[in-house]
Amino acid sequence: MSDVTIPPSDSLAVLEKQRSTAETFGIPLAVLLEITHRCPLQCPYCSNPVELDRSGKELTTDEWKKVLSELAEIGVLQVHFSGGEPTARKDLVELVKHASDAGLYTNLITSAVLLTRERLSDLADAGLCHVQISFQGIEEGLADRVAGYKGGHRKKLEVAKWTRELDLPLTVNAVMHRQNLHQLPDIIQMALDLDADRLEVANVQYYGWALKNRAALMPTVAQLEECTGIVETARERLKGRLTIDYVVPDYYALRPKKCMGGWGRQFFNISPAGKVLPCHAAESITGLDFESVRSNHSIAWIWQNSDAFNRYRGTGWMKEPCKTCEFREIDFGGCRCQAFALTGDAANTDPACALSPLHETIFKQAEAEAAGETSRFLYRNFAGGTLESENGT
Amino acid sequence: MAGPRNISVSGASRPVLPRHAKLRYDETRKVWVILAPERVLAPDEIAVEVLQLCNGERNVGDVADQLAAKYAAPREAILVDVIAMLQDLADKGFLTEIREKTS
Repeated sequence: MSDVTIPPSDSLAVLEKQRSTAETFGIPLAVLLEITHRCPLQCPYCSNPVELDRSGKELTTDEWKKVLSELAEIGVLQVHFSGGEPTARKDLVELVKHASDAGLYTNLITSAVLLTRERLSDLADAGLCHVQISFQGIEEGLADRVAGYKGGHRKKLEVAKWTRELDLPLTVNAVMHRQNLHQLPDIIQMALDLDADRLEVANVQYYGWALKNRAALMPTVAQLEECTGIVETARERLKGRLTIDYVVPDYYALRPKKCMGGWGRQFFNISPAGKVLPCHAAESITGLDFESVRSNHSIAWIWQNSDAFNRYRGTGWMKEPCKTCEFREIDFGGCRCQAFALTGDAANTDPACALSPLHETIFKQAEAEAAGETSRFLYRNFAGGTLESENGT
Repeated sequence: MAGPRNISVSGASRPVLPRHAKLRYDETRKVWVILAPERVLAPDEIAVEVLQLCNGERNVGDVADQLAAKYAAPREAILVDVIAMLQDLADKGFLTEIREKTS
């Protein structure tokens, strides 16, 4: 049996992946639906864009239903309901029901703080297949401070318990960074205590909000090595009991990550306003025009033909050192959003790659930040962010 | 409650796919798939046949009997292969089993 598995940040794969070359791409197996950017939490590493979509721009219930039907028709198998906080949408149960009826495998990626037991039960009845709850730490002091939301941690524990009582499979998603990496062993134990099936140990990826907060979040090399060791030991110990997926930050790597499996090859997501995007950070790249599901085009057409997807698809767009690099079809030059954020040109080599002329500078900078004193967060919100007060509130 | 995890597959086990792992025919790609959280598994033909037979009533021995009869092949060899395949799936967290109620 071949196991087509993908790190959570690149959460998709094509079944044809063994045969694929740079220029081939199928319809993604799974699609991320960011149904709203509204969220009661203010995590400083939020993967949403810094420019958030306001509720007035969000697709309507009928528009999302049409999207779900269309996705099932073209061969998408899984949908992830995400956000923002997806449970902030009043029509979530209706959307999950519609997706299930269309034959889609449905996954809820939630902060959990807005859920009641009754609503979770309604979601289960609507056919929800899997619940993923984010945790910011092991105890409420740190966890609530990271989330910028008092009482959040306690509520998450409660919802995780309900999830298992309702016989829904549970993934604990732990976003890791310098200020909570020391809690990793306890987080693994928490996942076991919560009877989770799966744990995602996801180191922060530094774009958007997280890039603004890099100095407060970047781990040290030593921390990261310890973290990797802990994950490897736990994986062996908990085989068959708890699946652990692990995402490392790429700053300390020599080779960049194959971001999204390559631009426009295995993944797209749909933003609250209906934009079809090659990744959830893609709107941070200026000069690209993303088509919307509200346009006259089908989703399949947008995926296959739109300029934004074709701009960095395959290898034809590459410059040196990517252009002649033997790894160009292995990692596709890393992450376009990171290349844009750190070099000003998305077609440059991702500086996470040791072959990038900027690699050394960035590595040094990250190392210096990791050793620095900064621990104050810039909280994520619609106002462009709020700096944490000196005493941590 | 959900079925037990970390199971050890034997001839007497009565395995089933858990709620979060769904065996489905993918019409677009013309292949069988197992849909699971953040994963899509591509079982081969034999694995699909085994999983279709694992209905929670048959045990692994019964499954091997059926396949041995169908393919006119030695039962013991089939049993070994079926257990190995199911154990692999169990180790990945995508298999549970029906147990008699103890209370």
